[in-house]
Amino acid sequence: MASSDVAIIGVGLHPFGRYPGKSALEMGEDAVYEAMTDAGIEWSQVQALYAGSMEVKNPEAIVGLLGLTGVPGRAVFTGCATGATSLYSAATAVRLGDADIAIAVGLDKHPRGAFSDHPSVSGLPGWYGELGLFLTTHFFGMKIQRYMHDHDISPMTLARVAAKSFRNGAATPYAWRRTPIGEDEVLASPVLNHPLTQYMYCGPNEGAAAAIVCRADLAHRFTDTPVYLRASTLRSRREGAFELLSPSFPLESAPSPTVDASREAFEVAGLGPGDVDVIQLQDTDAGSEIIHMAENGFCADGEQEELLAAGDTEITGRLPINTDGGLIANGEPVGASGLRQVYELVNQLRGRAGDRQIDGARVGYAHLYGAPGTAAITILST
Amino acid sequence: MTAQVPIADDLFTWPADRPALVAGRSSDGRLVFPYRTHRIVGGVREALERVELPRRGTLWAFTTQVFRPPAPPYAGEDDASTFEPFAVGYVELPGALRVEARLTEADPAKLRIGQELELRIVPFGHDAEGNQTMTYAFSPVDEQPTEGADRGQQ
Repeated sequence: MASSDVAIIGVGLHPFGRYPGKSALEMGEDAVYEAMTDAGIEWSQVQALYAGSMEVKNPEAIVGLLGLTGVPGRAVFTGCATGATSLYSAATAVRLGDADIAIAVGLDKHPRGAFSDHPSVSGLPGWYGELGLFLTTHFFGMKIQRYMHDHDISPMTLARVAAKSFRNGAATPYAWRRTPIGEDEVLASPVLNHPLTQYMYCGPNEGAAAAIVCRADLAHRFTDTPVYLRASTLRSRREGAFELLSPSFPLESAPSPTVDASREAFEVAGLGPGDVDVIQLQDTDAGSEIIHMAENGFCADGEQEELLAAGDTEITGRLPINTDGGLIANGEPVGASGLRQVYELVNQLRGRAGDRQIDGARVGYAHLYGAPGTAAITILST
Repeated sequence: MTAQVPIADDLFTWPADRPALVAGRSSDGRLVFPYRTHRIVGGVREALERVELPRRGTLWAFTTQVFRPPAPPYAGEDDASTFEPFAVGYVELPGALRVEARLTEADPAKLRIGQELELRIVPFGHDAEGNQTMTYAFSPVDEQPTEGADRGQQ
């Protein structure tokens, strides 16, 4: 989708964490309220709603808290890529002329611990779950284990990614994990899935995020600093790609859907990796961030070892990645996570990211990846 | 003695002198594991040929599971305190597929990419009728097979 005719005029976030007694819909209400305040609009002006959640079956029921205006409200879900899909859907409604102003909201409230379900929800046989194979974390462990072998990546580089996330989280007032954890402590924490340790993983948690889009030609009525949606792409897996929850895959390999979605997004936006000032990558674990740096075109395979050692992916570096601490420091309420990335990018591009501000940031890039092998890219610019 | 039954039908040949994983093969030569009866090839649904996969392969990637997986769906007969960590890997079966499997060696220090592995049929748990369920796993070839495995006991 070429979307420079759509602008984001407001963003909102309910910080990710644990909120006993507060529902996911109530967190969504707070995120939408912040986004509406940011855009200077009221609920009656919103003409289309796209809501994403993994745990809430009808997240569009949020209209009960926001106002029963009769607005068309639709639920969307594409796993960890849900945030990009809700934003895409809201932007598409604007591009098609269905709405001048539309909203994307994500909200979730996961129980503690690893995600669990019956394998049949992913089209897999019962024995796969009985044997203890129905765990996405096995994929993350194996993909980085093979990648480290092929491209000479050390465990210290994994630790550097996690330590950076915790440092950036400490600099983010609303992050979930705000205590810096150093490389040695990351490496010394219990191994969960070799070679990944506890502090290299993000955790499922609770929270909400929202973004309000409008026709680009109307954006200046609402804000002096609109942020334009330059590309929004999503790809499913191709035959041969090594993906989550696969009892087998062919010997002839194909690239990850991230590679396909990223190439298409840069083409649509008319930009390249070198044009990007601030980057958000799906860091379900530290290994994922390393792999996704290359799959999204920001470096060659194996270069991560040097880049991390030189601090190039720090806020002060030339490739700032996950400037708000990413998933590792914020956790992952699945339906909301992609819009948390957008929240950070919009704040960076509007120059209001506080201590984390990257001077003169003009182009932002967000990447999502998750089951069952789906990747989504969002490119934003001033 | 308790009867032994495979954890699922059409997953592997067993009891057998040389058990093998079962896959489906379509007319274009593609293999599907686990086996299913049909697949759409070039817009036409066709029945798949039932074939046996190679018994030996090499380790392509591996990881470990150090805490008890959420149950259900996990059906191991352990609990959080008796759970024994296990390793899981993709085994590259030459000319066929990369297959995900539990490994009989749980120590990552004793596993390496490229290592030669062989299929084993090993006890897992029990079904609702009290039969012992048997599943597939891969072992380093220099490791002795578990006693009573592979051939079945009756």
